[in-house]
Amino acid sequence: MKLLVCVSKTPDTTTKIVFNAAGNELDTNGVQYIMNPYDEWYALVRALELKESPLGGSVTIINVGPDANDAIIRKGLAIGADEAVRINADPKSALNVAFQIAEYAKQGNFDMILLGKETIDYNGSEIGAMVAEFLDLPFISYASKLDTADGKTATIQRDIEGGIEVVEVATPFVLSAAKGLAEQRIPNMKGIMMAKSKPLNVLAPAPFDELSVPVHYDLPPAKASVRMIAPENMEELVRLLHEEAKVI
Amino acid sequence: MSNQNGTISKRAREDRFQAHDYYQIDDLLSEDHLLARDAVRTWVKQEVSPIIEEYSEKGECPTHLFKGLAEIGAFGPSIPSEYGGGGMDEMAYGIIMQELERGDSGIRSMASVQGSLVMYPIYRFGSEEQKRKYLPKLGNGEFIGCFGLTEPDHGSNPNGMVTNIKEDGDSYILNGAKMWITNSPLADVAVVWAKDESGIIRGVIVEKGMKGFSAPEIHGKWSLRASITGELVFEDVRVPKSNLLPNVQGLKGPLSCLSKARYGISWGAIGAAMDCYDSALRYAKERSQFGKPIAQFQLTQKKLAEMITEITKAQLLAWRLGTLADAGKVTPAQISMAKRNNVNMALEVAREARQIHGGMGITNEYPIMRHMMNLETVLTYEGTHDIHLLITGQDITGLNAFQ
Repeated sequence: MKLLVCVSKTPDTTTKIVFNAAGNELDTNGVQYIMNPYDEWYALVRALELKESPLGGSVTIINVGPDANDAIIRKGLAIGADEAVRINADPKSALNVAFQIAEYAKQGNFDMILLGKETIDYNGSEIGAMVAEFLDLPFISYASKLDTADGKTATIQRDIEGGIEVVEVATPFVLSAAKGLAEQRIPNMKGIMMAKSKPLNVLAPAPFDELSVPVHYDLPPAKASVRMIAPENMEELVRLLHEEAKVI
Repeated sequence: MSNQNGTISKRAREDRFQAHDYYQIDDLLSEDHLLARDAVRTWVKQEVSPIIEEYSEKGECPTHLFKGLAEIGAFGPSIPSEYGGGGMDEMAYGIIMQELERGDSGIRSMASVQGSLVMYPIYRFGSEEQKRKYLPKLGNGEFIGCFGLTEPDHGSNPNGMVTNIKEDGDSYILNGAKMWITNSPLADVAVVWAKDESGIIRGVIVEKGMKGFSAPEIHGKWSLRASITGELVFEDVRVPKSNLLPNVQGLKGPLSCLSKARYGISWGAIGAAMDCYDSALRYAKERSQFGKPIAQFQLTQKKLAEMITEITKAQLLAWRLGTLADAGKVTPAQISMAKRNNVNMALEVAREARQIHGGMGITNEYPIMRHMMNLETVLTYEGTHDIHLLITGQDITGLNAFQ
């Protein structure tokens, strides 16, 4: 089986989010980056498990971004991917990222394209559906279990509101991974050394005109401190809830 | 803190560690180093932090971690991969030791003994058959190794050792005893240093099960409680001649292994210091007295500021030592300076951190006392604090003050 896993770079979960003066970009000063956990722990590791199963095959990881992303890609190779592709672009929208992935995937003849259900920075959950649409493939989102006996048909368990849904789908398809699909793998020293000799191909992006660009970000308002109101002063409480909190 | 049933609170199992890199030393490290660092850090958070207080309190070695240490590649990372090592450089080895000791000095000891004191001498001084026979199994954790140099009456003066080998046909007959041997009660393989009939120190590989060989455990330690320590006792142990390390004679054999291990310790100690500093910094910001966080008081800030200054200096020392080691230029005396400085630094950071934590600092809800007690051993083993000073003294004056 030929498997493609889309991996994204996201700020570490402990990052304090600050925007630049214009308010249209993240201030990346001092930000530590990690591979998006949904891509890494679930999509990539499940792909590696399938490759290691009797079905065999290969796992390619793809990232759309600048060369600063190579460290994240190298980690994917250290965990066990066979090769990596970086589309050398600086996309401003999810649509562009999805377009670049789809353009690459068109030539690859992949049986499955896997990615996390969302990135933990912007939480858009858009790429998977867009890639599937560009490629005219079925899209199975929020997958928490993926089995295939022959590599031609897969049984997939999806997390849905209040329960689960089980679907069957023929390859090729696009899948977004949720918690449970696999378990995190920590790269070992041998994997890290082997990653150095695995190919990381850098490709030029396909021409794309952005349809939307972010113009401004605002942080949520700072949490206000607790205000104590005397129990006998019900009128004041009602006034504050009505006029300030605007909840009644 | 322990409740009456002796269990450890949830808070003690939680690892909130965040790394501090005041001088952007990460910029001096390669992509592989950072990957290795993050991998071991993640492993420690998942595998060591949730259980270490409990094992330490019980005085029990978490033997299941040997397998995990092997899987992550912590055994002999700088031994070539064809012999079961990681094929990495010395900088990577140091970084791995730092991260392990951030978890616990005892866990780091498990790995540094296996790599620097067992795999390294077999790799460096062993025959091709010995390397093929032992190294892959030591690398993958199938074999646990230990290193016998120190004796009950010969610690800082290993040259005075009385353990000896005498030729007898195809074998040597080994007699003597070794003391303070990390991993010994569990070990499948022991690299033992003994004097031959001409009084020359030689290395032999002793295997578990050889007649006359035993490794009783040393009990009652208040330090490295999660690491197992024992003796090695040899009563007419018949060791085949093929188990003699052919390519080294004299004290330089064991000392070169100790240089490797001390190099790792000079990095490891930084890990313990970082954990104490990180906990103290967080505690000082969260704990309020007199209506403000204690981090706002000058005396607390003095402690914290001095801690991060000393950690940063130690990081630079270790980093430079790593670049010298990778260039093949490092001297044993340079390693002594870093080992001595960095371990002492870590112990002082632990003591200051303990004060910042107030009463909580003495409980097992925070890692401070465990690190502090561990570091008392680290200050003494692999060359005592004082001996390392004398090594520097000898190096700069050319005069020997040991005897």
